Amino acid sequence: MESRKNELKDSIINTLKEIAYPLIAILISFIAGGILVYSFGKSPVVAYTALIKGSFGDWNKFGETLVTVTPLILTGLSIAFGFKCNLFNIGAEGQFIMGAVAAAWAGWAFTGLPAILHVTLTLLVGAAVGGLWASIIGWLKAKIGSHEVINGIMLNYIALHMSNYIVMTLLNEPQKAYSVAIADTAKLWRFSQAFSQFKHSRMNTGIIIALVVALAVYYLLNKTVRGYEIRAVGFNPDAAEYGGINVKKNIILAMLISGLFAGLAGAIMTTGVQYRVNSLFGFTGYGLDGISVALVGNNHPIGVILSAFLFGILQKGGPQMQIQGIPKEVVGIIQGIIILFVASNLVRVIVENIKQKKELKKTALKEGVE
Amino acid sequence: MPAVIEMKGIGKSFPGIRANDNINFTVEHGEIHVLLGENGAGKSTLMNILYGLYQPDEGEIYVKGKPVKISNPNIAISHGIGMVHQHFMLVQPFTVTENIILGNEPRKGTALDLDKAKKDVEEISKKYELKVDSRAIVRDISVGMQQRVEILKTLYRGAEILILDEPTAVLTPQEIEELGIILKSLVKQGKSIILITHKLKEVMSMSDRVTIVRRGKVIDTLKTKDTNIDELAEKMVGRKVSLTVEKKEANVGNPILEIKNLKVLDNRKLEAVKGVDLQVHCGEILGIAGVDGNGQNELVQAITGLSKAKSGEILVNGKDITNMTSKEVIDSGVGHIPEDRHKRGLILSYSLAENAILGSHNSKRFRKGMGLSYKKIREYCRKLIKEYDIRTPSEKVLAKSLSGGNQQKLIVAREIDRDPSLCIASQPTRGLDVGAIEFVHKKLIQLRDEGKGVLLVSLELDEVMDLSDRIAVMYDGKIVGILDAKDATEKRLGIMMAGGNVKNAE
Repeated sequence: MESRKNELKDSIINTLKEIAYPLIAILISFIAGGILVYSFGKSPVVAYTALIKGSFGDWNKFGETLVTVTPLILTGLSIAFGFKCNLFNIGAEGQFIMGAVAAAWAGWAFTGLPAILHVTLTLLVGAAVGGLWASIIGWLKAKIGSHEVINGIMLNYIALHMSNYIVMTLLNEPQKAYSVAIADTAKLWRFSQAFSQFKHSRMNTGIIIALVVALAVYYLLNKTVRGYEIRAVGFNPDAAEYGGINVKKNIILAMLISGLFAGLAGAIMTTGVQYRVNSLFGFTGYGLDGISVALVGNNHPIGVILSAFLFGILQKGGPQMQIQGIPKEVVGIIQGIIILFVASNLVRVIVENIKQKKELKKTALKEGVE
Repeated sequence: MPAVIEMKGIGKSFPGIRANDNINFTVEHGEIHVLLGENGAGKSTLMNILYGLYQPDEGEIYVKGKPVKISNPNIAISHGIGMVHQHFMLVQPFTVTENIILGNEPRKGTALDLDKAKKDVEEISKKYELKVDSRAIVRDISVGMQQRVEILKTLYRGAEILILDEPTAVLTPQEIEELGIILKSLVKQGKSIILITHKLKEVMSMSDRVTIVRRGKVIDTLKTKDTNIDELAEKMVGRKVSLTVEKKEANVGNPILEIKNLKVLDNRKLEAVKGVDLQVHCGEILGIAGVDGNGQNELVQAITGLSKAKSGEILVNGKDITNMTSKEVIDSGVGHIPEDRHKRGLILSYSLAENAILGSHNSKRFRKGMGLSYKKIREYCRKLIKEYDIRTPSEKVLAKSLSGGNQQKLIVAREIDRDPSLCIASQPTRGLDVGAIEFVHKKLIQLRDEGKGVLLVSLELDEVMDLSDRIAVMYDGKIVGILDAKDATEKRLGIMMAGGNVKNAE
């Protein structure tokens, strides 16, 4: 029991350590944003109050923020998972789109199923199609050696136009630029159905699914043989091969699993928010924002949840800032500074420098005493 | 004449470690001075200070009697100090000439004057008797040649004092001999040389004086001709060490590994192993001697499932394992101490515990339900740390934070503790210090005495001769002869390694 406790303590401490640097980076970015707002002659306090009010001001705003956070968590997990195998799944955008359109089909095509079964099936179809779409990239990487970023970007375009084609033909709502609606049995449960506080928000059980998936990812990566193998391949494929790990298989699997999450994000958008798929002019951005989310979350599932919240707040709170007369571009700038800080690892470098100097002083002192 | 280099009272600390402690070090004009010490003793730190890569916390440096402050390598170069690093700093796709002039290019107007560059290079190459092909591409020439290019690079910059960091680590016995000749001729031309090494034989054959460093302190400075290998070893390690390997008579059993007419292609699709027949028996160590690049790597990779054989058969304990995956080979009872511990042997960003189960991570003993039990994994690793005397703060630290010797101990522990019936040990002591070498050798002999088969592949002829019961010499992808260890002499093996025939030689 004692060691169990220690183990838990260790993993919590490790988790905290891993997200400490991004947290500091975020803090600095907000301070920088505040200075920026002040230089416009506006009050940073007003700006940040507006940001919080816009995203958490009342139950409905809170609900809508969670609607944005849900797909960000999942695409963030998708990209973070890929990174653990040293794969940059920039194709998450395409997997998101494929998941969304596949869910629209499954939600429309199956009828007469009980709701719980239908919605589960619809989500699974969306996730599976996202996974299969991603596994093309993994397969190309493993068998031919072509780079996942190139193939990912290409498949994003194919997904975009394929989705539009399907929406305008097979699933077309006559005379409209969107698909037919999914059956009621395929819709995710909305909080507004039971809580009147959420009356004007589309908040749905998708957020709970996303949080559960994050925990599952943590378990899969850190506590299973599959996770051990995938991370080993990510760190050092030569050593993994030496240790009897099938490198190619794990690359394909890692991409497939990564794609499952992006596909699921798309499916939740369809079944929980839009109930149909629109013809798209361009990318939805959820897959691409997932890159920033994963980066700021340090590719750690818990970090991804937190950073998805951060990006959700920034996106939802921005308009409220604008009402206060503060250009909403400030939000974009803060986002940019955060990513800059995290990507350049500046905080870590500074902190470690300070630590080193302290330790040097300590050893010097010790030796002085002796 | 003042000493060319005088370092007085040098001190340097890194977090948690005093790398140099009040070090006094003097190099006289025209001598080869060895800086001897185990890995982590502080010799590289001292030389990096001299070359301006680190700043000392205290102490003074004098070059030819004048006090200097060397805050970066350019200043070191301007004082005539040149350094050849252990890992070469060459641009692989560039020619020899381009590499030598890099950073100091002769110009004609704004353009590079390649003709003059070529002439300059050929001139210094002739002057110092360092033959190189100035037009060859660096990636096509041998490691020994690349080292010459590195030396020429420092000479081209006008170095008077050359620092060579572990220059023999990557060389074959013949190349080491050639290097010795080169260094002697450089000294004759008025250069002074500092050699960093932990290899005692080279100290004796190459140097004029030797300074021994242990745990950041200078233990002694001796004239080479007044000392001997045993004394140096004792001063370096701090206790008496046995440099000879003690082992009992081999108790040879049935064949455990049988290789029949094996052919393997290398990664350029050329035949690197050209029909090898070999048997390793239970209870014996079969050593493969040979110059690097004669198919040893490809042979080991084919046996361990890391590459495919073109044709032929590999049997372990009578079971055909030809072209099986590395997992199936491991499961057939083959342990493998790989040649390159950073590339193959360890996942440096994994903890020691996670590394300890690499290869047996599928085993039920580390499971808990569907997942891995990190408690059991850590317990297992703690056991290995204790039994194999791996020096580490805990099993949770990352493998990359360990010294090379302790990393190798972890690999040896993992591969031996799996209780293999056959162990393939490829360069098992490369880059290790005396203490760690002694340890690895003992473990391999212990394995043999337990009735397991050991296939040892090493470029260190001494190691092959000390450990093996039989020695197979590999040349140009073939086994050119198998000798009983009793009949093997350095000379006989050397001739076979160069492709000669022993019968003709005698």
